[in-house]
Amino acid sequence: MPLLEPRANPSVVMQWAAPLIAIGLTLLVGALLFYSLHVSPLKAFYVFFIEPLETSNGWSELVLKASPLILIAQGLALGFRARIYNIGAEGQLLVGAICASGVAIYSNGAETWWVLPGMVIAGAIGGAFWGAIPAWLKTHFNAEETLTTLMLTYVATLLLSWLVSVPWRDPDGSNFPQSIMFNDSALFTLLFDGLRINTSVFITIAAVLIFWVFVSRSFTAFQISVGGQAPAAAHYAGFSSRKTVWLSLVISGLTAGIAGAGEVAGPVGQLTLSLSPGYGYAAIIVAWVGRLHPLGIVLSGILMAMIYIGGDAGQVSLQLPSAITGLFQGMLLFFLLGADAFVNYRLKRRKPRALIKEATA
Amino acid sequence: MTPMTNDSLAELAGKAASQTPVEPRLSLQHITKRYPGVVANDDVSLSVMPGEIHAVLGENGAGKSTLMKIIYGTVQADGGQLMWNGRETVVANPAAARALGIGMVFQHFSLFETLTVTENIALALDAPFDLKALAVRVKSVSEKYGLPLDPYRLVHSLSVGERQRVEIVRCLLQDPQLLILDEPTSVLTPQAVRKLFETLRQLASEGVSILYISHKLHEIKDLCDSATVMRGGRVTGHANPKQETTGSLARMMIGRDLPVCQSPDYTGNNNCALEVRNLSATSIDPFGVSLQDISLRVQRGEVVGIAGISGNGQAELLAVLSGEQTVGNDAVLLDDVPVGKLDAGQRRDLGLAFVPEERLGRGAVPAMSLANNAMLTAHRQAGMKHYGLLNYAATREFAKRCIERFDVRCNGAQSAARSLSGGNLQKFIVGREIMQSPKAMIVAQPTWGVDVGASAFLRQTLIDLSRSGVGVLVISEELDELFEICDRIAVLSEGKLSPAMPKEQTNAESIGLLMAGKAEKEVA
Repeated sequence: MPLLEPRANPSVVMQWAAPLIAIGLTLLVGALLFYSLHVSPLKAFYVFFIEPLETSNGWSELVLKASPLILIAQGLALGFRARIYNIGAEGQLLVGAICASGVAIYSNGAETWWVLPGMVIAGAIGGAFWGAIPAWLKTHFNAEETLTTLMLTYVATLLLSWLVSVPWRDPDGSNFPQSIMFNDSALFTLLFDGLRINTSVFITIAAVLIFWVFVSRSFTAFQISVGGQAPAAAHYAGFSSRKTVWLSLVISGLTAGIAGAGEVAGPVGQLTLSLSPGYGYAAIIVAWVGRLHPLGIVLSGILMAMIYIGGDAGQVSLQLPSAITGLFQGMLLFFLLGADAFVNYRLKRRKPRALIKEATA
Repeated sequence: MTPMTNDSLAELAGKAASQTPVEPRLSLQHITKRYPGVVANDDVSLSVMPGEIHAVLGENGAGKSTLMKIIYGTVQADGGQLMWNGRETVVANPAAARALGIGMVFQHFSLFETLTVTENIALALDAPFDLKALAVRVKSVSEKYGLPLDPYRLVHSLSVGERQRVEIVRCLLQDPQLLILDEPTSVLTPQAVRKLFETLRQLASEGVSILYISHKLHEIKDLCDSATVMRGGRVTGHANPKQETTGSLARMMIGRDLPVCQSPDYTGNNNCALEVRNLSATSIDPFGVSLQDISLRVQRGEVVGIAGISGNGQAELLAVLSGEQTVGNDAVLLDDVPVGKLDAGQRRDLGLAFVPEERLGRGAVPAMSLANNAMLTAHRQAGMKHYGLLNYAATREFAKRCIERFDVRCNGAQSAARSLSGGNLQKFIVGREIMQSPKAMIVAQPTWGVDVGASAFLRQTLIDLSRSGVGVLVISEELDELFEICDRIAVLSEGKLSPAMPKEQTNAESIGLLMAGKAEKEVA
């Protein structure tokens, strides 16, 4: 017998409690996991979530990692509202990074103001283009975007690998697969001496505000969410489903591409194979945990950045395996999806005793 | 009573020789079922004797369907008892119900279109079967009860009436002692209804009890021996329908007299509001019906009705008229402007309004507020958006005016569309479309699933709209409704449209003949 029954109205409380429940369960299972690895859970949580924030460098790293996550998740959330599931933001990020790097590499030595804006624009165009391919495939061949976006991520990875191994390899780089180090005109300015946090964070802040206004007030966002919630109603109203597909995938590709430009023109400072620690994938979780809401995403992006930093700290201080970061990300999404079921469903109430007795009699 | 008479009586009843025939086949006592926020069945009792045709009468939302689901085991009651042939019984699930001898024909069929009649029936059998032998049984049972069926036909090639026969034969193969039919005539022509009634009377004469759920009073008077009337989840009366008038049954059902619509004369200009010229269109749905050379004029000031059973091209015609499917530019004209190539939004810009059959999911987004649902089509009204940004205050204001003007019962403009009853949501959608001041308005199944009071309000609203100079086109399966509100009636059958006749020059009988496509005439 099914355990759940549908609710008459979706529970608003559960909608916002679900991420908190998911965080709680993740911490609980995390504690059990630490315990079974013979690490004191209290100490582990201290190393994971408190210690990194005891230094200004820790805060700088937190913002540095949260910024691309939040930026990408804003774009993804827009598509998710329309039920366009772009899970290839990682690939769009890489192509954005490649295009931005192209600008930096070919303008190398030109100490002019336009190099950095040019990189950001090139990154945006590259990411948007990589998102436009699945949009075209979907509108012309009805190809499932979940598959095409994911597969194009592998294409982007191979493209990056070829570029840094052959045409763009640093001639003075002792054959390492990486480009030249970019010079200052191709890098975001650092905000504080000695910390890696840079001015690219303002792009994210601007994006949050723009998406907030766009999602809450624009007619286009309204059309997108109608298309996601009730495709037949969008069709009935004459809203174009093709437009929704194009907008969702191009905008989410664009934000991922800018994030990619932010990485190569920021903390990484060159084009390398390991320029993203899976931001494109983690941003999917960020978007869901943030309830697809532009401000919710800010909070969940910070949480996800903490998991990244905590995972690094855990490896160093507690000799935990590197898989611990992915494990926490996975648990968070897993428990969130589980808790989300209770937004529209609730546990079935037990039948009155009298009837149970009759049934067994 | 001696054993002899006992036996012969049981033989008369046809089945179950061990039972005393005076015992009710089914008796419900004090059945109660609560859902969050509503009591669907409140202390409901009724009993059905062997061979009795018993009507359960009530309007939409009266709790009839819930009660039948409890009998059939798809829903469990919160309280009360169910006695089956005199023994207290718990029906845990539909399989248990079938094992007891309870069969149910649902209002909406559950058939696989790509399978044959026999295969569909085999799927519902709980016991192992042999397809060939089953086909023979299907044929013999269907002929015995005047429900002729070819066991090897694919279901998608069957008319709606024939599909219903498949459902009934499926039940009969299991030798039911009780047959439940939920609104079985909503998809039938008047002629097919008569044939169905013959079959049901034959079954009753063999001792099968029949529970007949309907809100159509004249059918119940014609067919049923007794009736239980429900209103708001409670039983409001037991009656012998043959001794009651439709008026007295209506009062039991809705608590007052049936409302009647007024159609005043129209004197304004009667230019053509909506015209269809020689329209042929292939259906996108592989099992859909293609439209063949359809022509139709709807003038300002009149209500034109299209009768016919759904599945005869209704969905296809609506898609072409609304712009959800585009066709040749000159095939559809709105106020003499060719619009065939325009999409739904562009046609609305030119003054077309459309109320679809599916309210939740098409006419309205279920989880969105009424205010947001107003934006679905009202965004083109002045002041609703500036530079691509929505004006939420204006939206709420629009929704509020719609709620007041069309008497929508809800908790204000912020309540979610899905929290409204069918009738109130329909009033909101119709109101939203009327408030766009359309030139032509298309309404599909305006009162489907709507209670009597709201139906009357909606019908009168459509008549009044037409008399304000709008061309109104109504597509409906309910013949009574079309005769009540329309000035002219056409019939859509198998993708072809008959000429629209003034309603004074036609009647239900001849419309019914047009409705019955070729398929049903062959077997009739």
